[in-house]
This record gives sequence, structure tokens and C-alpha cells, in this order.
Amino acid sequence: MILNIACLALLTIGVVIFFGAVIGVLRFPDFYSRMHAAGISDTMSTISLLTAFALFQLHDLSWPNLLVVGKIFFIVAFISLTGPTSTHALMHAGYQRRNRPPVRKQEPDEDMT
Amino acid sequence: MYSILVFILLFIVWIVFSGKFDWFHLTLGIFSASFVTYFSSDLYFTDRTIGLLERLGQLYRFCRYLFWLLYQILLANLHVLRLALWRKGLKDVVPTIIRIKTRLQSNYARYVLANSITLTPGTVTLRIEEDILFVHAISRKAAASLDGEMERRIADIFERAKR
Repeated sequence: MILNIACLALLTIGVVIFFGAVIGVLRFPDFYSRMHAAGISDTMSTISLLTAFALFQLHDLSWPNLLVVGKIFFIVAFISLTGPTSTHALMHAGYQRRNRPPVRKQEPDEDMT
Repeated sequence: MYSILVFILLFIVWIVFSGKFDWFHLTLGIFSASFVTYFSSDLYFTDRTIGLLERLGQLYRFCRYLFWLLYQILLANLHVLRLALWRKGLKDVVPTIIRIKTRLQSNYARYVLANSITLTPGTVTLRIEEDILFVHAISRKAAASLDGEMERRIADIFERAKR
């Protein structure tokens, strides 16, 4: 019962974040900020959806089910490695072509030097 | 020493992916894991001067860092969601590129920093030129979150011994 509620909560969070990502892709002004909106669905929503699946597997504890949980976390690891890479590749390609946003230099902190 | 570690890791991956515990599949796993270890064990941990105990410490600190990163990702997600869904949010979208000078030395630590910055919504690493990162931030608040805290934590994981 508690597991079901937790699964539902995580699924709802993931779907809401995906919804926000779609709205963001439609609303944001230029290419780069749209990529940011697409990036939020990479991280939090996939993590929460897959965690919900993993929790759902824990209904009956047995070795094969635990292995399925392990596989799901492998997927989470792969997504969190490849998602930023693809985002970076797209934005880097756009940066090299044209339409560069203004560069602002951030002064580093004193203790960073 | 390190090849044994690689073998154990590969064998764990085999067990998780195959999901069968009879002797046939386990011996197959041992064979293929040792085969891959023989071919490519020198690809996995390039810096072999670090001891195993130090590796364990790095792993522990890295896991602790992952939890902190997850919390940061949650906060940044809420920020970008507010920008996307609220009517007033669109005013706050001020895309800028920020140059950050990093003090991380090894390529791997820089890669972890760039990947963490990109994983956090609202900030994407555009390119790395030697020790300067070009980061694209979606708003003032996202830009303000790049205050060096993340870099300090990564330096604490990987380059503690060198300081």
C-alpha cells in the first residue's frame, strides 16, 4: 500500500516535470533556452519515473526482481551520462554556427584562485 | 591488482544483466569476464598509482557528492519549471554565457564538473578550453548557482591528496 502510494507520487512528479518541459520548449524565446527546458526532462523526470518502476518491482522480494531493480538503476546511470552529452553536443554545434548569446564574465570567488 | 578489481566489477555486471544463477551461466560469465579483462583491463583505471584504499575513499566521497547533486538538481528543476509554467517566469529568462576558470587539474575531474553542470537544469557547459569553462545559463538565478561550490566538492573528491 505504502509502496503503491510512493510509486504513484513519483510517477506524478515525473509526468508533471515532463509536462513542464514540453511547455518550456514551446514558450522559451530562443534555441538555447529551449534546450534547457528539454534538459530538465532528461534528469529529474526520468530519474523519478524509473525510481517508481524500481519501487514497483519491490512488491515481492526475490532475487530476479532485485536484479531488475539493478538493471533499472543501470539505465538511470546511462541516461545521466548520455543526456548531458547530447545536450552539450547540440548546444556546442549551435554555438559554433551563429547566434551567439552575449558573453558575461563572472568574477571568480576569492577562495577559488 | 587492478585487473582483479576490473574482473570483479565485470562479473557483477554479468550477474546483474544475466539474472541466472545456474552453473552453466556462471562459468560463461567467468570466462567472458576474464576474456574482457585480459583484453582491456588497462582502459578502466588509467591512473594506477592511486592505492585501492584511496579508491574506496573516492567512491565513498563520490556517492556522498551524488546525493548533494541530486538535491541541487531538484532545486534547479523547480526553478526552471517555475520559469516555464508561470506567466511571469518568462521575464526572468536572460540567457547568458559565463566564463569560469577552474582549478581542477585532471581531465576526469573536469569532465565530472562539466557533466554535473549540464545535469543541473538551467546551466549547460558549452565548451572547455584548457581550464576555462564556457557555461550557458538560462537566467540570473541559474547563473548565480555557479558559485564554485560544486567545483570545491569535486576537488574534495579527486584532488584531496594533491593539495
